[in-house]
Amino acid sequence: MPTVISAAAVAAARIRTYGSPPLTVLVFLFLVLSPPPAMAEPDDGFAEKRAEMIAVISALAKRIGKVSGKGVMDEGVMEVMARVPRHEFVPEERRDDAYDNRPLPIGFGQTISQPYIVALMTDLLVLAPGASVLEVGTGSGYQAAVLAELARRVFTIEIIDELGELAKKRLAGLGYANIRARVGDGYYGWPEGAPFDAIIVTAAASHIPPPLIQQLKPGGRMVIPVGEWFDVQYLTLIEKNAEGEIIISQLLPVAFVPLTGEH
Amino acid sequence: MSAAATKTGFGDRPRALAPKPPLAAIALVSAAAIGYEILLLRLFSIIQWHHFAYMIISLALLGYGSSGTFLAIAGRWPQRSYTALFAANAVFFGFSSVGCFLLAQRVPFNPLELLWEPRQFLLLAAIYVLLSIPFFFAANCIGLSFYRFRDRVGRIYGSDLLGAGVGAAGVIVLLLALSPSEALRALGALGPVAAALSVFGSGVNRRWLAVALLAATAAVPLLLPGPWTDLRMSPYKGLSQALRVSGAKVVEQRFSPFGLLSVVESRKIPFRHAPGLSLLSPAGPPDQLAVFTDGGALTVINRYRENEAPPAYLDFLTSALPYRLLRRPKVLVVGAGGGTDVLQALYHRAESIDAVELNPRMADLMRRDYAAFAGRIFDRQNVRLHVIEARAFAAASEDRFDLIQMALVDAFGPSSAGLLALNESYLYTVEALERFLARLAPGGLLAITRWTKLPPRDGPKLLATAIAALRKSGVARPERRLALIRSWKTSTLLVKNGEFSGDDVAVIRRFCRRRAFDIAYMPGLLAEETNRYNRLGRDYFFEAASALLGAGGEDFADRYKYDIAPATDDRPYFFNFFKWRLLPEVFGLRGMGGLGLMEWGYPVLAATLVQAAAAGLLLILLPLWIGGRGGTAPSGIRRHRVLIYFLALGLAFLFVEIAFIQKFILFLSHPLYAAAVVLSAFLVFAGLGSLFSTRLRQRGIAGTRPGNPCLLAAAAIAAIAAGLLAVLPSLLPLLAPLPEPVKAAVTFLLIAPLAFFMGMPFPLGLARLGEQDAELIPWAWAINGCASVLAAVLATLLAVEFGFTAVVVLAVGFYGAAAWAYF
Repeated sequence: MPTVISAAAVAAARIRTYGSPPLTVLVFLFLVLSPPPAMAEPDDGFAEKRAEMIAVISALAKRIGKVSGKGVMDEGVMEVMARVPRHEFVPEERRDDAYDNRPLPIGFGQTISQPYIVALMTDLLVLAPGASVLEVGTGSGYQAAVLAELARRVFTIEIIDELGELAKKRLAGLGYANIRARVGDGYYGWPEGAPFDAIIVTAAASHIPPPLIQQLKPGGRMVIPVGEWFDVQYLTLIEKNAEGEIIISQLLPVAFVPLTGEH
Repeated sequence: MSAAATKTGFGDRPRALAPKPPLAAIALVSAAAIGYEILLLRLFSIIQWHHFAYMIISLALLGYGSSGTFLAIAGRWPQRSYTALFAANAVFFGFSSVGCFLLAQRVPFNPLELLWEPRQFLLLAAIYVLLSIPFFFAANCIGLSFYRFRDRVGRIYGSDLLGAGVGAAGVIVLLLALSPSEALRALGALGPVAAALSVFGSGVNRRWLAVALLAATAAVPLLLPGPWTDLRMSPYKGLSQALRVSGAKVVEQRFSPFGLLSVVESRKIPFRHAPGLSLLSPAGPPDQLAVFTDGGALTVINRYRENEAPPAYLDFLTSALPYRLLRRPKVLVVGAGGGTDVLQALYHRAESIDAVELNPRMADLMRRDYAAFAGRIFDRQNVRLHVIEARAFAAASEDRFDLIQMALVDAFGPSSAGLLALNESYLYTVEALERFLARLAPGGLLAITRWTKLPPRDGPKLLATAIAALRKSGVARPERRLALIRSWKTSTLLVKNGEFSGDDVAVIRRFCRRRAFDIAYMPGLLAEETNRYNRLGRDYFFEAASALLGAGGEDFADRYKYDIAPATDDRPYFFNFFKWRLLPEVFGLRGMGGLGLMEWGYPVLAATLVQAAAAGLLLILLPLWIGGRGGTAPSGIRRHRVLIYFLALGLAFLFVEIAFIQKFILFLSHPLYAAAVVLSAFLVFAGLGSLFSTRLRQRGIAGTRPGNPCLLAAAAIAAIAAGLLAVLPSLLPLLAPLPEPVKAAVTFLLIAPLAFFMGMPFPLGLARLGEQDAELIPWAWAINGCASVLAAVLATLLAVEFGFTAVVVLAVGFYGAAAWAYF
């Protein structure tokens, strides 16, 4: 299952999707302007911090193992986490903390999730390179960026006007051409983009919106974190099997058993 | 207050050479200070969360301690210009009470980040310091008076307490009439008024001018520009979040001591609040209005047209299960809120519905302002809305119900921050469930719905509580009367007055299958039937139910990492699941998002205690260090005795006060009323006791001067407290049906004798100091102030561990220690 996605493949995937400029030109630009991230990280002054963050997440991922049922986290997810410039998604004055493994406030009463949780949620979606993903709750746009590096297309909806516009601009500025972002009500999903291989609902929800279940492909996976602001209490994983049946699993993000004397 | 006012020295001017303490002004400052304290709890409950409100205010009260320390260090000079200093401090109190709050709410402190970011502790400390300033000034007024009029401490302390007693009750009245920020301005104006009053009675030259000037400054807080005093709510509270959504706006706001209600309309993007709605629901919720209490505790009002069928989604919540087991039931809805549960009962054709609601303003919204929106459900002939606390209703009601529905009611919520906003809940205790079960008709159901928490903790705790209640009601086989189902977000526990039949069990199975809910427990449930739709790594709900109902129940509860021992009326902490051994593990897991694994109320309180103890120690030791004197004052008084005496008294007084507020919460139906009435009673009668203590010292009882009057008071306190503890549990339920004002009067009478004696030891000690070594008076005042802060926090921690009865017993012990230390 774990797929190592090379940067070139990601770039190609992007181009295939929204190839409005001539394909060759884009490939050329890509090769010239930015060296493939897997080989050398972008020189933005945060490479070291990013590496530290990856080390922290990897160590934690080994401990969690069991949650995703796969042992360790997908290497592709880790590679992407090592590449996406998280500091671009936090307020200017918090850039130095951007790669700490902690949630950060991003204004508007919203937070950017802690990197470990982002990695875990992404991992739970088990994305194939051609996947089409819907995100409800864009927030800073960081999660969308991570998804965009792994999937073919990402659709993301934000309910707060200012935040959505900011994220849209930010993602465009960073060159994520395979992300479509809009501001509005996420309850009804994105019918024009449906069906999706994966859906992630990072906005608080009192119940699972049925339209989202409908827009999930058979074999698709949906993740909903439950918790408040800075702390995730548990993750809800919704799987639609090939027959269209729904299985809901509730997972702790940590290795923790409530009873003593067992493991 | 009147007793104090007549003695102020109005018209005493000719005898200016023998000045009298400004008793009315002292009482007014005390009233304003305690009013401010209660108001701060309201304000911080709105802008932050109530356990932080509690923490912040506890520590701000160290302003009292620091005042004593300041006066002790200042030495003799303050008494020379008493009148000016008193007036200045009163004015400063008034101004700073408003100003410091406005500054404090601009400090970018975010409690949610506390565990992530050390900087937050500095911001928190900044808030403590800011808010302790007004208390410092208020305490200066009282402390200066003790020192200046050391021969009349009984009178001064009496006025201080009487004023505080009136203030505690008065602020509740104020909050009924004014919005919290208006109340803040009003209290701020009282400072200059007290100053004017003190100058008026002082006999100084040209006092009319001074009085007029001071009175004019009272207008300053009242004339502040409106936006300055607007409350700045944390952006992470539900209301702030809702208002971020485009098109959402507050359409109605109501304030009362019970909380600030905000009705929010969101035309563009509907609320769609349907907790734990089944994925198989054919419909979603209709248009809704959201109602927030203090910016949180969301409840919704569903749009409904009178003659239509209620929305079908109501049958696809876990709370709908009992209706499938009953035919046209008589229903009692606990926590009417926006009426969703009433609508659900209507959907299921309930025969009659009684709904109880604690907050009268909420009831107003439903009966009047939004009656049409909600389809006039409360105007129906078979629906009755009672504005009363649920247990008081159960105690007073003669009716029997087929269903008692408690869905997602967080009893008394964080909104009702009384003086002592604890996390207590008298809705989820063994005794509460017993009373509710007693109100069930044969075959009737008690249904309790809660949010699912993972790992499970309130689910198992609720089960344990229900099992204990059933056993106490004499049920031999509780396992046949319980059923528990869950969705991904909610769980519903059913407790039946009778045993579940084979038919019942079949109905539950069908209900859950058609909604993809899981059955966590019911009689005859097999392990393989569990954990089907909403899969957990392991179904701890099922395991807990099986274990708790079996022989090894206690062992299971011990081994469980969360505290799931049943809550009782003496230890009403249903929402506290904290065990110390959880702390290191959870903190170690924070890198994996583990902080959400536990509730932080208890450790935050413990941290508060540590901070208060450290600050208190510093404030108490500072004067000794600066004074540089040894253990024995020139008078021969041993300092350690003074320390023990005033420390013990500070602890004891608040312990008793807090414990009795708790003991009366159920009786008086609301923690806020309980706090106001009980506090008032204690302060007023302790004030009278203080006035009387002067006489006791001079003449003793029956003309003989006792060697240790404090021993007498301590003995009386012990006897009366023991009597109350013995009598109250059986007496109060008997009196529960009385009308509210009568109950308040009964409370006053019951507390009067105890409080009367509790008012004596403090002035007795101060008077003794006044005779022997007056320099120690400010120090004693500092000790007492610090002890009070410690006591408030400590009492809660002790109650969580051992219950409120233990707190009272300990307090009596402290009075004994004080009597022993009397110097």
